[in-house]
Amino acid sequence: MSASRRVSTQPSWTSRLALDHVRAIAATLAQLRDRPLSTLLTAFVIGITLALPAGLNTLLRNLDTASGGLQGTLRASLFLKDAVDAAAGADLARQISKRSGVSEARYLSREQALAEFKAHSGFGEALDILKDNPLPAVIVVTPDPRQPQAEVDALFKTLTTLPEVETTKLDRQWLQRLYAILQLVERSVLLVSGLLALAVLVVIGNTIRLDIESRREEIVVLKLIGASNAFIRRPFLYTGLWYGLAGAVLACLLVASAGVFLSDSAQQLAGLYGAQAQLSGLSSDAVLAVFGAALLLGWLGAFWTVSRHLSAIEPD
Amino acid sequence: MSGIIEFDNVSHRYPGGQDILTDVSFTLKRGELAFLTGPSGAGKSTFLKLAALLVRPTRGKITVDGRPLSEIRRGQIPAYRRQFGMIFQNFNLLQDRTVFDNVAMPLLIRGHSGEDIGRRVRASLDAVGLRGKERAYPITLSGGEQQRVGIARAVVAKPMLLLADEPTGNLDPHMAGEVMQLFMRFNEVGVSVLVATHALALIHRLPHRILRLDGGHLSERDEAPSVDTADEAFDDEPPFDDGEDAA
Repeated sequence: MSASRRVSTQPSWTSRLALDHVRAIAATLAQLRDRPLSTLLTAFVIGITLALPAGLNTLLRNLDTASGGLQGTLRASLFLKDAVDAAAGADLARQISKRSGVSEARYLSREQALAEFKAHSGFGEALDILKDNPLPAVIVVTPDPRQPQAEVDALFKTLTTLPEVETTKLDRQWLQRLYAILQLVERSVLLVSGLLALAVLVVIGNTIRLDIESRREEIVVLKLIGASNAFIRRPFLYTGLWYGLAGAVLACLLVASAGVFLSDSAQQLAGLYGAQAQLSGLSSDAVLAVFGAALLLGWLGAFWTVSRHLSAIEPD
Repeated sequence: MSGIIEFDNVSHRYPGGQDILTDVSFTLKRGELAFLTGPSGAGKSTFLKLAALLVRPTRGKITVDGRPLSEIRRGQIPAYRRQFGMIFQNFNLLQDRTVFDNVAMPLLIRGHSGEDIGRRVRASLDAVGLRGKERAYPITLSGGEQQRVGIARAVVAKPMLLLADEPTGNLDPHMAGEVMQLFMRFNEVGVSVLVATHALALIHRLPHRILRLDGGHLSERDEAPSVDTADEAFDDEPPFDDGEDAA
């Protein structure tokens, strides 16, 4: 009680308030400690309820990062007609790279294409058997990633109609589908998060309601001796905060352990797509959000319940 | 000089019921101790509840310490109640708290510091003869001791007024006598006291005003009423010893 040392017989308004809060904190923590099982159970329910949206969000973010990596590789390959020689091809690439919405256009001559293919495909020696180089010259066009979808589409359409271009190949329809799915999942996560937040509110509210019921006698006595509503309300609000806090800690632990548990499988999956994806856990933003939401929900749940039930308890 | 409690033609009726109090006018002077008697259901409790703002009168005006209670809004009631101490028939102690914690409650809600609380609670327990019982739980105490804890709680914040509702109703005559003795001792140091009781035998020899409520009407009686009107008086003569611990 170091705070009390400064307070004289006539406590000032601020030190009284500070003392009230310190006492409410100490009293509520002691109460929760005195019934560890029910406290832990409530915290677990809240923790699991919060872990679901937090975990889904982390998963979504990982998918987003992974697909973002794929978007970086989104390119169109313009296969040139054999009649276009190296100089004209390089010239065309320069012209294309100057177009708006194009971040890079690289010309690969037939020889370069062959060299690249040999280096990456592992069929290098097999290709040596062939007399002629079967590969066409190609211009690899990388669109500006900031470009909106529609303009990228329009750009590729124009490039396809160029007279030097034999055919184009752009690998993006599946990516568009992936984005659509991701968007749907993102919305669903938001919806589920809202519902689960409501669940946390109800769980905390109900726990506080039982708490109020079990301390009805004390509340009556406090009202009789003139305790202010704020004084009576305070410990319940802190209890709500503690449940939220404990729930947030458990939620973060749950998501972190899930991340560890899943990381091997995720790496394996990423490996199948040729990506080097590291499963990232909860970001610091997400941790902050979980704690912020949990504390807010704890306080709100308690406040909501206390305002509904406290006025009903009057001495008679 | 105005009284500390003034009832001016106060009537009260509970919803759907008949009048509990009818046109009651009464003044408790500052520093006075008065007893409010009458049979059960005569309105003694209602009288005290009106003064404590547990209920509002149907008609009439109540003034406490110069302030009309009709001016006190709902949110101001807690601050109003902190002006006086209340004592109850069933003690209203919290059984899961020690004697010390029970008595400390009025100081806690006023935000007193820890050492201040310790000092005042000990002084208050001392005054009711319960020194050394701080760590005990109410359940381990006799009824008389529990009521004295209740009194210690009522006086710990040094209120100007004590309101007691049947404080001896659950006590045997010996303990009841001790409790009444305590009220007189606090009254001697200037606290105004209003005690609702039907223990006429305990009070009829005391040099204090005795009011009688019957059928909702208040009548004032002389200081030495005859015992034959006492409805539920004790037969035993209350032993007014010095309030020493009987248990």
